[in-house]
Amino acid sequence: MSEFLQQLVNGITWGSVYALIALGYTMVYGILRLINFAHGDVYMLGAFFGLFAARALGASEHPSALSALLVLLAAMAGCGLVGIVIERAAYKPVRRSSRLSALITAIGVSLLLENGGILIFGPDPKFFPQIIRSRQIDLGAGVTISNQQILILVVSLALMIALRFIVLKTRVGKAMRAVSHNHTAAALMGISVDQIITFTFMIGSMLAAAAGVLVALQNPKIDPLMGIMPGLKAFVAAVLGGIGNIPGAVIGGLVMGIAEVMVVGYVSPAYRDAIAFVLLIVILLVRPAGLFGKAVAEKV
Amino acid sequence: MTSRIRLGIALAAIAALGLLALGCGGAGTGGGGNSSGELVIGEYGSLTGGEATFGGSTRDGVALALAELTAQKQGKIGGLNVRVVVEDDQSKPEEAATAVQKLINQDRVIAVVGEVASSRSLAAAPICQQNNVPMISPSSTNPKVTQVGDYIFRMCFLDDFQGRCMAKFAAQNLHLKKVAILTDKRNDYSVGLTQYFGEAFKSMGGTIVVEQNYSSGDQDFRAQLTSIKSKNPEGIYIPGYYTEVGLIGRQARELGIKVPLLGGDGWESEQLLQIGGVDLNNSYYTNHWALDAPDPKLQSFLKAYRDKYGKDPDAIAGLAYDAANVLFQSMEHLAESDAKTFAGLGSKGGATDRKDAAKKLRDLIATTTNFPGVTGNITLDENRNASKPAVVIAVKDGKKTYAATMNP
Amino acid sequence: MRRLLGPLVTVLALVALNIVLPRVTNPYYFQILMLVGINIVLAVSLNLVNGFTGQFSIGHAGFMAVGAYASAMFTLKLGAPLVASWHGVPPPVAEGLALLMALVAGGLLAAGAGWLVGLPSLRLRGDYLAIVTLGFGEIIRVLILNIDAIGAARGLPGIPQYATFFWVYGAVAAVIVLARHLATSTHGRALFAIRDDEVAAESLGVDTTRYKVLAFVLGAFFAGVAGGLFAHFLSYLNPSSFTFIKSIEVIAMVVLGGMGSISGSVIAAIVLTLLPEMLRSVKELRMVIYSLMLIVLMITRPQGLLGTRELSWSGLTRLFRRGAAAKGAA
Repeated sequence: MSEFLQQLVNGITWGSVYALIALGYTMVYGILRLINFAHGDVYMLGAFFGLFAARALGASEHPSALSALLVLLAAMAGCGLVGIVIERAAYKPVRRSSRLSALITAIGVSLLLENGGILIFGPDPKFFPQIIRSRQIDLGAGVTISNQQILILVVSLALMIALRFIVLKTRVGKAMRAVSHNHTAAALMGISVDQIITFTFMIGSMLAAAAGVLVALQNPKIDPLMGIMPGLKAFVAAVLGGIGNIPGAVIGGLVMGIAEVMVVGYVSPAYRDAIAFVLLIVILLVRPAGLFGKAVAEKV
Repeated sequence: MTSRIRLGIALAAIAALGLLALGCGGAGTGGGGNSSGELVIGEYGSLTGGEATFGGSTRDGVALALAELTAQKQGKIGGLNVRVVVEDDQSKPEEAATAVQKLINQDRVIAVVGEVASSRSLAAAPICQQNNVPMISPSSTNPKVTQVGDYIFRMCFLDDFQGRCMAKFAAQNLHLKKVAILTDKRNDYSVGLTQYFGEAFKSMGGTIVVEQNYSSGDQDFRAQLTSIKSKNPEGIYIPGYYTEVGLIGRQARELGIKVPLLGGDGWESEQLLQIGGVDLNNSYYTNHWALDAPDPKLQSFLKAYRDKYGKDPDAIAGLAYDAANVLFQSMEHLAESDAKTFAGLGSKGGATDRKDAAKKLRDLIATTTNFPGVTGNITLDENRNASKPAVVIAVKDGKKTYAATMNP
Repeated sequence: MRRLLGPLVTVLALVALNIVLPRVTNPYYFQILMLVGINIVLAVSLNLVNGFTGQFSIGHAGFMAVGAYASAMFTLKLGAPLVASWHGVPPPVAEGLALLMALVAGGLLAAGAGWLVGLPSLRLRGDYLAIVTLGFGEIIRVLILNIDAIGAARGLPGIPQYATFFWVYGAVAAVIVLARHLATSTHGRALFAIRDDEVAAESLGVDTTRYKVLAFVLGAFFAGVAGGLFAHFLSYLNPSSFTFIKSIEVIAMVVLGGMGSISGSVIAAIVLTLLPEMLRSVKELRMVIYSLMLIVLMITRPQGLLGTRELSWSGLTRLFRRGAAAKGAA
């Protein structure tokens, strides 16, 4: 039983990471009907920006909660900028093209970030400084959780609440929801669709960056290709929850994290990556709209 | 329909003619375009792609050997200039084959250093064997690599030897009876070591309580470690690469696993302790060298490497360095003992001369005995594998220290 | 009889080239030539799915892997012993027959996988289908990594090198001819209709389900054949040759050439196989250049080199005449 609970704790922690990344996917898809393949690589960039910020701040010599926060904010700011640049330079020109063109462009951006990362940062893994010292907390019944895992849960939750607030309670959020319904109608209402799209990309990238830093704090090895698998799995999580649906992305992320850990622990770790896709196929065959999505009839 | 077929044939004919012209031209001039005879050595490795660090290390090790040759002997052996051509294989086996084809047929190399990964060595070795080009792999550990033919050599010990060494150390030095194994399923090296360690450990009376696995690139191993912990092993054998081992060590200690962790030469890297930190205390791994050993040759290599590249070498760089030097030494012996045949190695040599010279070079490499390499005293056995002792490194107080030597 | 003339001449040309080229060409160039042929088969087979039918399939490497491993195992277990036992038959013929059988076996198994993947396409559209196909490709690779009998991570060495120029370019000719026939047939019309507007096609009575699955099955079959040729040329198989990156490379060829254009796929396959070789001097930049090319291409000319049109004499002459006219006017 304690093994099961421990796996559950691990699963929920990873699930919140996937949830953070999935939020970015789901928002962009809701607005643009585009799978942003490069999103996982923004997560990777977040970890690297965090690394550089930490080095610049000397955070490993003076570890503290404040320096960790600064590192997080710096990474988020950096990636927000990256998100804006990617959207303006690569995705805006292909907005009018076919879906496959946009998909190929996204794949191209993803490859560019990965290989550019290898070129600029070097292919060898880098060590992320231990800004938060690891401490184990015993939850009883043989289950332990580290303070870093708690940090991941807390920060993810805070960011998700912040996002929900933005989307539901602010004018910008209202504009985002309008654009995701219908670009033309939103434009007719006086909303600058371009600006809202850019804003959405920025927020999504910032969330992915936060995920990157949080993961790097706990698993201090980062390398330019670290974003591929988490990116894909987060996408599956977004689809699972109903793509375009924000709470759905969170639930999807948690389900994804728990399912993955359970499969690894009880079936075989060899299928860790495959489980994500099996889950995806099952969901798409059984309930294509996802858990919380609405089945939309295709209009002719 | 007929016009299409006509068009197709016409295009095919034009293409074929073009290739014929290119091909005839290419085979004739032989790429390099050098006026004086040169000794061209090829090196292929994964400079890009998922395993780019290995290709980089190989290149650095060989480059250092060449730099020393330049400093000591103006970069000449037997009066001929030595040149190294490096090709990238993108971490893909089919590209390794293409890279080697280019090296052999375009650059007309006389010998090849490569590759690190057995999968890519296996793709390229048949081509080297067919073309009578000696190939020295710095660190491919799959036994099948040298079985391809008698022109294929390797500088490292095999998986079975390494696995047995650690099994012996675990059983006899650490007195462990129950061990769990955590394998990297995506990595042929890891799979091989797992097999041999398991067999050897069991033959010494131990038991393998559980076998778990992961894939290189994974970040989280808690699920596997939790499962391993529940079986109460006295030690865990983790024959993977340092990239994951560091993380595994931390997560294991976080979960309360205090038993010794064991591993192979894939652990060897500057970054192992950076990533793993004090969590890797009480772990042991087999390796080619102990960096703090008082061997003067090793220490001067270390100093030279640090000066040139600003970082510590990993085992691959050391093995590549030794591979290059073994090659240089064999070429020197040939130049001294049989200058006439040696001349055939130069890039101006005719086809039959080159073939004779290549054969003699191969024979000389095959008889390498007690070569004082930085990765140990190297003797190539009858299967063209390096027979040399393994060193066991222990991690104590956050530092690597020498623990034992295991002889073959 | 006239109808047989074209194929006969092609076969004779292939036989002649098969004898002449290996003797005359630099083996390095020959190696590239063979890889070009295999990539052409891959590109045209993917074009059947992506270009003709408009289905987003980005897991093509999975079908190639299935065909490669299946044909390799077939040869290792059945084909090679058979060849050894056929004493009276000259080696090229015996090996060729063994290869043919292995390719068919590999292709059929890959087609089966294509059928499995095509089934979900009944209910999925666009981006979702793309990710599912990607998932299938990954699942296949993970499965291969875990089946020790076919080598798993250590790979499968020792496959006899039966693939010669004749067979590789014979396959190229076969897939091009088939694609051309398909394009001009009623089935091809159905596929194009599905690509252009699936709902309209369905309402006009086209059995979209059947045709989409057909496209997947055919594309997968030839990908499997390409995989078999790959296996019998390289003589060593490793799962790392069949990753997502490989699928991307094939997609790049189809996209560059123009989806729906067979000659476009051929030209793009040649260009994109030769390009990395020519870029050897800037090896570290190679993948960066590759990805930039994809992005720039999609932004500036998403229809690729030839769009949906084919290379033809009349097209070429029209180009020249227009060029001459422009020169004349200027």
